Amino acid sequence: MEKQEFTIMAYTEDQVGLLHRITIIFTKRKINIESLTASESEMDGIYRFTIAVTESEELVAKVVKQIEKQVEVHKAAYFKKPEVVQQELALYKMATESLTSGVEVERIVREHSARFLTIEKDFVVIEKAGYRREAFALFEELKPYGITEFVLSGRVAVARNGHSIGNEVHELMELTN
Amino acid sequence: METVVIPTKKQDTKTTERISGAEAVVRILLEEGVDLVFGYPGGAIMPIYDSLYDYQDKINHVLARHEQGATHAAQGYARASGKAGVCLATSGPGATNLITGIADAQIDSTPLVCITGQVASALLGSDAFQETDVIGISMPVTKWNFQVTRAEEIPEALAKAFYIAKSGRPGPVLVDITKDAQFAEFDFDYRKCTGVRSYSPVPKLETSKVAEAAELINNAKRPYILFGQGVILGNAEVEFKTFIEKTGIPSAWTIMGLSALETDHPLNVGMLGMHGNYGPNLLTNECDVLIAIGMRFDDRVTGNLSKYAKQAKVIHLEIDPAEIDKNVKTEVAVLGDCKESLTELIKKVKPSSHKAWLQRFRDCDTMEHEKVIQDELHPKTDVLTMGEVIRIINEKTNGDAILVTDVGQHQMVACRYTKFNQSKSNITSGGLGTMGFGLPAGLGAALGAPDRTVVAVIGDGGLQMTIQEFATIYQTRAKVKVLLLNNEFLGMVRQWQQLFFDKRYSSTEMINPDFQTIAKGYYIPTNKVTEREHLEDAITEFINYDGAYFLEVMVGKENNVFPMVPSGSGVAEIRLE
Repeated sequence: MEKQEFTIMAYTEDQVGLLHRITIIFTKRKINIESLTASESEMDGIYRFTIAVTESEELVAKVVKQIEKQVEVHKAAYFKKPEVVQQELALYKMATESLTSGVEVERIVREHSARFLTIEKDFVVIEKAGYRREAFALFEELKPYGITEFVLSGRVAVARNGHSIGNEVHELMELTN
Repeated sequence: METVVIPTKKQDTKTTERISGAEAVVRILLEEGVDLVFGYPGGAIMPIYDSLYDYQDKINHVLARHEQGATHAAQGYARASGKAGVCLATSGPGATNLITGIADAQIDSTPLVCITGQVASALLGSDAFQETDVIGISMPVTKWNFQVTRAEEIPEALAKAFYIAKSGRPGPVLVDITKDAQFAEFDFDYRKCTGVRSYSPVPKLETSKVAEAAELINNAKRPYILFGQGVILGNAEVEFKTFIEKTGIPSAWTIMGLSALETDHPLNVGMLGMHGNYGPNLLTNECDVLIAIGMRFDDRVTGNLSKYAKQAKVIHLEIDPAEIDKNVKTEVAVLGDCKESLTELIKKVKPSSHKAWLQRFRDCDTMEHEKVIQDELHPKTDVLTMGEVIRIINEKTNGDAILVTDVGQHQMVACRYTKFNQSKSNITSGGLGTMGFGLPAGLGAALGAPDRTVVAVIGDGGLQMTIQEFATIYQTRAKVKVLLLNNEFLGMVRQWQQLFFDKRYSSTEMINPDFQTIAKGYYIPTNKVTEREHLEDAITEFINYDGAYFLEVMVGKENNVFPMVPSGSGVAEIRLE
């Protein structure tokens, strides 16, 4: 089966070590995790993992079942690219003097709908939210002007579909509260 | 799948009491009905051992001679008794020595509760003496684990541990308790765990799936059942038998399902897998509906998946959703506890018999008998075979004994030829294939089922991996009968070298010690048989002796186990010679 991009989502308890328990499911099968984000969710005390992988659907489906099998995982599911609204965040640190060499950097930032997070005496930080390829496109354009640091966050995503797995966890929470 | 949450019952009558974490651990063991634990003391778990000292009349501690032995003994105990096995070990090497047994219990779904001591919480991460990250190390091989750093966490952690180990698809859990948490005093109050909100151990049975399965079964011309340990773990032996008798479907077992159905049942067609019976393998590729019950299509059962049962519609009765479609694509998945699934299925299936189809299995049996079984059970040469030893054991035990096996040729022969009349009678390392399992598991089984005869069949390789547990057998007076089938080789590896590596016997010949002297050193009665004329009398004495006994039988050095599905071949390519 052909590999494609998937976003895996899991609603979990807040438990030390659960991150490790989830990542070893990938390690055991030698699957590369492209990014992993653990964060609060819309429910009090419930955490949410967002994991980006490029793999065959068959393998991703098996991995998701293994994730859901973990005692502290409420629900897990996987989504194809069109099924989610997703975003990543990039930060670019550059020397402030790169701005004084003309209007180029400012123009690039505008064209990419990026923004200046901060402008200090010695450096500036530019922020770009969007798809990974957009972050890299901006990187390529800024590169000639000297990027001193670059960092890209993991993918965060929400499902487009109404019956996102959150509903089942919501019901469960109502049952137990 | 629906998540079921059972609210914890409030027991308001209980008053709390101020005790140490260590004392709490022991009290909790009592609350959970534990009267036997296996372990090995050491620095970081000394407070718990100190508390155990006061409860020697209520909790029997079996001092293994290596922590791995403690885990296998706990596994043997769990599988013979149906209860969870409990292991105690200290931090560092004590904890790492548990890992093989925990991994074995994980892959064979055996409920174990392992409690390890840990360095004091202030020292965590400082590479303290005997510190190891046992939570990290055990995570891939436990169903659940948890580190306790405060005494107050002990009751909830252990309550969850017992609940998770035993519920749903059972498995091993580990609770790591820092030494300061064992010493600290707190207000003790204990409530058994009855549910964890993020965990649904038993999926809710969908009646539509049962109906779909029944429809397929009712219309099948050549239905065929594969059953595994799920039938035993689900206590569904009676429902299983009712189901097959009503439908008349031939049924074959995985090594973990062995003993769920008595050997002599007319619908028991034998063993699946690499060294299973001829018919059960060959006819897998001729059935039209394949009904898998509480089994997981291990590669040793399926052989090459691309040549496995491609013609069949597969029905899978299973408690663990992650097993569905893992290895074999399923037409109808019936998720749930097989006791309940089978009860519902029995109502919906039509009475039937499949005489001609069953006859195909019988014909295969005849062929296998002529080519393999006859010579294995009644050899014409002077060389003793493993099969004839098992045949005589059957005659002496009448199929009532618990069989414990190690791993290798003797395991395959013992599982192929031992007769069983009752369930929970076969204890072996199926999934992990852990050499060294047999001796400690035999000891644990004897303690878990003290009224039954326990025969532990072991090879000369595996025996030497945990041979120190003879001391535990002597100390506990466990009445385990240890049968060594000695071929002076790592027989299974040698067989593969003969068949697939041009007889290049690389590091498989064993120059062995005198096992008789060793057993005598442990004060275990012994006997050794090298000639057939003494075999039957020796086995009679072995079985009838009231207590532990060590019998060594010298068997053919280069005998092979057949039939065999060579690695990478399909099940229908099974070789009889």
